Amino acid sequence: MSANDQSGGGAARQGQLKREGLIFEHGAPGRVGYSLPKLDVPEIDPVESWGADQVRDDIAGFPEVSEVEVVRHFTRISQHNFGVDTGMFPLGSCTMKYNPRVNESVARLPGFAAAHPYMPYSMMQGSLELMERLEQALAGVTGMDRVTLQPAAGAQGELTGIMLIAAYHAHRGEQRTKVLIPDSAHGTNPATASFCGLEPVEIPSNSRGTIDIEALAAEADENTAALMLTNPNTIGLFEDQMDEIARIIHDVGGQIYCDGANLNAILGKTRPGDIGIDVFHINLHKTFTTPHGGGGPGGGPVAVREHLAPFLPWPTVERDDSGMLCLDWQRPQSIGKIHTFQGNFAILVRAYAYIRALGPEGLRQVAEDAVLNANYLRVKLEGHYHLPYQQISLHEVIFSDRKQKKNGVTAMDICKRLMDYGYHPPTVYFPLVVPGALMLEPTETVSREELDVFIDAMIAIAGEAETDPDVVKGAPHSTFLRRLDEVGAARRPVLRWDPQAADTDGD
Amino acid sequence: MTKTNDPYGGGKYLSQGPDDRRALLEAIGVDSIDDLFASIPASSRFSGQLPVEPALAEVELARHLRELADSNGPAQGVLSFLGAGCYPHYVPAHVDALIQRQEFLTSYTPYQAEISQGTLQYIFEFQSLICFLTGIDVCNASMYDGGSAVAEAILMARRLRRQGGKVLWSEGLHPIYREVAATYATYRDLTFEIMPLGEDGRTIVPPIDDDVVAVVVQQPNFFGIVEDLKAAGADLENHPAQYVVVTSESLSWGLTVPAGDVGADLVVGELQSFGNGLNYGGPLVGFMACRQSSVRNLPGRLAGQTVDENGERGFVLTLSTREQHIRRAKATSNICTNTALCALATCIHLCSLGRNGVRDLAKTNLAKATYARQQIASEANLEVVYTGPHFNEFAIQLPGDAVEIVDRCSEAGVVPGVPLGWFDTERSRQLLVCVTEIHRRAEIDRLVTTLAEVCR
Repeated sequence: MSANDQSGGGAARQGQLKREGLIFEHGAPGRVGYSLPKLDVPEIDPVESWGADQVRDDIAGFPEVSEVEVVRHFTRISQHNFGVDTGMFPLGSCTMKYNPRVNESVARLPGFAAAHPYMPYSMMQGSLELMERLEQALAGVTGMDRVTLQPAAGAQGELTGIMLIAAYHAHRGEQRTKVLIPDSAHGTNPATASFCGLEPVEIPSNSRGTIDIEALAAEADENTAALMLTNPNTIGLFEDQMDEIARIIHDVGGQIYCDGANLNAILGKTRPGDIGIDVFHINLHKTFTTPHGGGGPGGGPVAVREHLAPFLPWPTVERDDSGMLCLDWQRPQSIGKIHTFQGNFAILVRAYAYIRALGPEGLRQVAEDAVLNANYLRVKLEGHYHLPYQQISLHEVIFSDRKQKKNGVTAMDICKRLMDYGYHPPTVYFPLVVPGALMLEPTETVSREELDVFIDAMIAIAGEAETDPDVVKGAPHSTFLRRLDEVGAARRPVLRWDPQAADTDGD
Repeated sequence: MTKTNDPYGGGKYLSQGPDDRRALLEAIGVDSIDDLFASIPASSRFSGQLPVEPALAEVELARHLRELADSNGPAQGVLSFLGAGCYPHYVPAHVDALIQRQEFLTSYTPYQAEISQGTLQYIFEFQSLICFLTGIDVCNASMYDGGSAVAEAILMARRLRRQGGKVLWSEGLHPIYREVAATYATYRDLTFEIMPLGEDGRTIVPPIDDDVVAVVVQQPNFFGIVEDLKAAGADLENHPAQYVVVTSESLSWGLTVPAGDVGADLVVGELQSFGNGLNYGGPLVGFMACRQSSVRNLPGRLAGQTVDENGERGFVLTLSTREQHIRRAKATSNICTNTALCALATCIHLCSLGRNGVRDLAKTNLAKATYARQQIASEANLEVVYTGPHFNEFAIQLPGDAVEIVDRCSEAGVVPGVPLGWFDTERSRQLLVCVTEIHRRAEIDRLVTTLAEVCR
């Protein structure tokens, strides 16, 4: 492909697709997209029953469309999206791996899907057994003692985890005020700490990209409630001084919370519970292949060591004296309720199905292949992109835009240009410790040929940045829309459809 | 024979074969895979086999999960009248088919707008639909569930008020929403005071003092009563406290007066009723909507309209300076992942119902539930707890312990409702019954007969 070929060489042919208006611009009065059962009981007039002042008019602004129009509309707009099945999705720290289809079908089995959360336990032994088995599997994978399946996502898992630690200290009559957080951490970490009324204290990284142990030791004291760690960290490196880190924190009576975003890299290789970690959250939508769904729903189980188990959110899955499974609402030391019901059960089914498909050897192979793929990208792209940390990485590898920047090409430009080559961009500008970061996580579900084609695209873009930087700076060229004005969107927010404004625009 | 990836388990989810692994190791310049894990020191290394059950082939996996699912009551045709925050409504087939398109199902959070217009457009449509439904200005792109939405609303009210620390919440607010909010507020200086219900089941709002940051009322309330939102919020018109209107059964909005039209400042809760199944209680579809003037305090993602370089309309995530990935410790909330795909199901179902269908479906629910309530009163001789107007749910007084009565009805294949003693020991003889469009008259009659027999 020539350097001037603006269309890129990949599969992103979204430019061929037709424009699709908003659903509010479709339809006509009197069309319906629903059917109702004929009423077999007396009709009730709400005005008569509730009083006229309690009843609304019809919903002005809603569309009137047939089912066909609805199906075509959402099918068309879906084609303006990029999914894991579309192609490689090397989005660092997000673990965008293949989502097995069997997981979708088993989650929809009527015995699971049609079950109400307040069904008597005697009728729900199958679902409760799945939860018990999943808890055991996650405890086994992480080397922890108990797991709550309740948090609906990683951030809610973090919140749960830090609340558990705070409850533990309070139970021991201690008032601890601060949480130590490495500067490479996810934004949710400091947000969670301050949510719990604790002061986040940033710990610098050393030149190797791991925690600066001396800085950690200097900051750790009797006011330290916890260290919030990500291991492997967001640079894709294992905190190799884990023994020392654990000793420093535990010696001052603190607890170690570990963000489980990067569990994929260590399956069967190391276990958080064996290396001094007290609380560990798991993103089921990362490591355990539940679909990201465009931003959720996720699943954020939290695994803990025994001393924190009394504080877990209620209810937990337990067996009564007869061996029947039930939900235990009576947990006096619990931090309370986190989810309205038992958590995202349909997500739990998918994660359980994945773990059972892989088994212990399969899970370890996942970690090995994920790490292998990331290191292949590292050696093939080193030389074309600046590599801030030279050593062997785990599941993800970080480059930066330092080389391209001298021609005015930024990490964001490289991202947008990758779309022309048929890829979802990597994570950019994160972690914050690497200016202009490009964070690549290929996962184990990408083949050698796919990696090679991706590497060629990255090298081609590095070449374009030298010879024709404008083509990169003006990217994307082949997507349905060109680069969007985010600044304008924030300056004059339009957050909903306004039929009147639309009429004015047309005049 | 050549060595292959495990054909008896999940080998098919791995894209590298044995030859590929060798080629990659060689390209990397290491001898073995262990060299790539050398950064994990021996003291941190796990060398055994994970204590996880052996791998299953897909046919075995499907059978194992079907056996678990089939042992549940719903697979055996149990007739259920459970609601209380999770409602049994029919989900049209096209809704589930569309959300399974991989472009929606497997995509990521739409931070890269040019490659995520599908997601961004439906979020914008979702936000718009909820604004039309609730009569309020701005809605976020979804939250986890009703419980966390109420919790976040109270924390937002506190941020907006900047002083005071008292929350008045109705006894008709879902008791578990109250529990979740209390958990979220553990480290905030907030106190909670219950507003009791009158004989009609409507909330009695006391005089509102200076210390109040939020008044929280649910519509319809936990006992299925349609609140008079205008009357409940009358004293809030000239008070800086936030009037928070919650719903757990959003289908009721097809009939009830939009909360935004009668003074609500924040409208939050649960949208599971539109397009989402029961799934043993999750995932759900929390949401949070507010007045334009408060938008910079709203937690969660927001999609906004903009233009591309050619002036074409498009959509992006916007006002991100509120969020954790930008503001970190100063964010409005730590929320990141939400329930986008469930919000898509809600969006598709709402579009399909359209201008008239939400009302028509709500009227069907009202008629079925009214029939059930009247039959239970007249044929089973059981008293309805509250006299006020109901939507599709109602509380009844039983002659004995509700848990025992539910167990006995269940033996006859009917789960008649939720025992309210679970939430309040003083209500141990009360049962919350929910009836929707999925229930036929004959099934309602069976509920009435079963209750009559068990309670005789």
